[in-house]
Amino acid sequence: MSARTTLATAARVLRQLRSDHRTIALLLVVPTLLMVLLRYVFDGSPVTFNSIGLPLLAIFPFVTMFLVTSVAMLRERTSGTLERLLTTPMGKLDLLMGYALAFAVATLLQVGVASAVAFTWLNLEAPGGVAPVVLIALADALLGMSLGLLVSAFAATEFQAVQFLPAIVLPQFLLCGLLAPRDQMLDLLRWISDVLPLSYAVDGMTRLRTEGSFTGQVGTDLAVVVACTVVALALGAATLRRRTA
Amino acid sequence: MARAAVEVTNLMVDRLGRPVLRGLTFDIPPGQITGLLGPSGSGKSTLLRCLVGVQRIRSGDVTVLGQAAGSPALRRSVGYVTQSPSVYSDLSVGDNLRYFAAVARAPAGAADRALEQVGLADRAGDLVGNLSGGQKARVSLACALVGSPTLLVLDEPTVGLDPVLRRDLWALFHTLADSGATLIVSSHVMDEAARCDRLLLLRDGRIVADDTPEQVRLHTGTDDLEEAFLRLAEKEEAVA
Repeated sequence: MSARTTLATAARVLRQLRSDHRTIALLLVVPTLLMVLLRYVFDGSPVTFNSIGLPLLAIFPFVTMFLVTSVAMLRERTSGTLERLLTTPMGKLDLLMGYALAFAVATLLQVGVASAVAFTWLNLEAPGGVAPVVLIALADALLGMSLGLLVSAFAATEFQAVQFLPAIVLPQFLLCGLLAPRDQMLDLLRWISDVLPLSYAVDGMTRLRTEGSFTGQVGTDLAVVVACTVVALALGAATLRRRTA
Repeated sequence: MARAAVEVTNLMVDRLGRPVLRGLTFDIPPGQITGLLGPSGSGKSTLLRCLVGVQRIRSGDVTVLGQAAGSPALRRSVGYVTQSPSVYSDLSVGDNLRYFAAVARAPAGAADRALEQVGLADRAGDLVGNLSGGQKARVSLACALVGSPTLLVLDEPTVGLDPVLRRDLWALFHTLADSGATLIVSSHVMDEAARCDRLLLLRDGRIVADDTPEQVRLHTGTDDLEEAFLRLAEKEEAVA
């Protein structure tokens, strides 16, 4: 692994993002607007807004980074740049870490704007402080990134890549405990939700709110999310083959 | 003679269940331009992919600069330009060059020098997506030159270029070869064959000639390389 190559890759990915002004605007503005929308949908029930709002701050970057990465990596594959990179001294890890670094920066901006608006104007409560919220959101974004990287190997076109969003993300969203508490689900659904990584991200955010600080339990939830990210990243790296048919 | 830059023995490749390369054996001398000529679909791109180690092969050996093709030690010495330009169209020309220079671990200034070599020094600030097809191809070439490779594998680098640019690029290829680099250039245009030091004529996954342009002309009894190729192909068919 080479620090120069990793940093150059991160800078390159950020430059590509920055050159696409509309994507940047959507990336930064949409989660914030949705938080505002949510706030007024639950205008009569601040408690509901608080219990849904906090986990959503982690789910937005998960969804965005999943989409952005699956399309970006698909472009690397179809444009021939990935094949070219794999004939250079660049290691696969350099490429993956470069992407991770770039998307971590993008996530910090996204979560920064959304949190600023949510915690000040919308009066969303963060009993444990803002830092743990941002930390969990960041871990979630990287989880989304690694899953996006993995599914890009199974998509031949951008149409297909986009269809993986409802296929991979929506089931996790339905089962993550945001719509219905996980312990009240049918056994089968609860078991499924137990093995889906997004459940732990939402659990972590919920516990942050109910327990009022970054407890060991929250740490465990975070660790599960990070572990799933590493596994997905390793599987994704295995799909970056130098030799193809 | 110095050791061959590329040694290929009994190379067989299948793609989608069909044989594409049917047992190729040849050497490529160092410090020369070898032209890989043949019609579309004859297996040129597949063969070049084997040389840079990105093609899954069925059997055979491919040795490049004394190492197995695609081995990590080779990645700093081999430059590869694919048929369609593989650069980032949403970045500027200069940003592409600087990125591939960093990836190739090239020294500072390599990016600017490579842009000058392909005659695009004045376009460094332009977005690649806004360039013409020929300009994109030259950016892609510059991104391979940036690492000063010892072996350059170029898949149809002059397609879609006007005659003046083609002449300039061939002059560049000869300059690179004169300074010791080995170049393998594929083309389906026969008039480019005359500019090579050596020719490999490929047809339907088989080599029909491996010689200097002069010898190919001599053996086929024609000065026209296009006609020479036709005669070789006919001879091949008569044998088969």
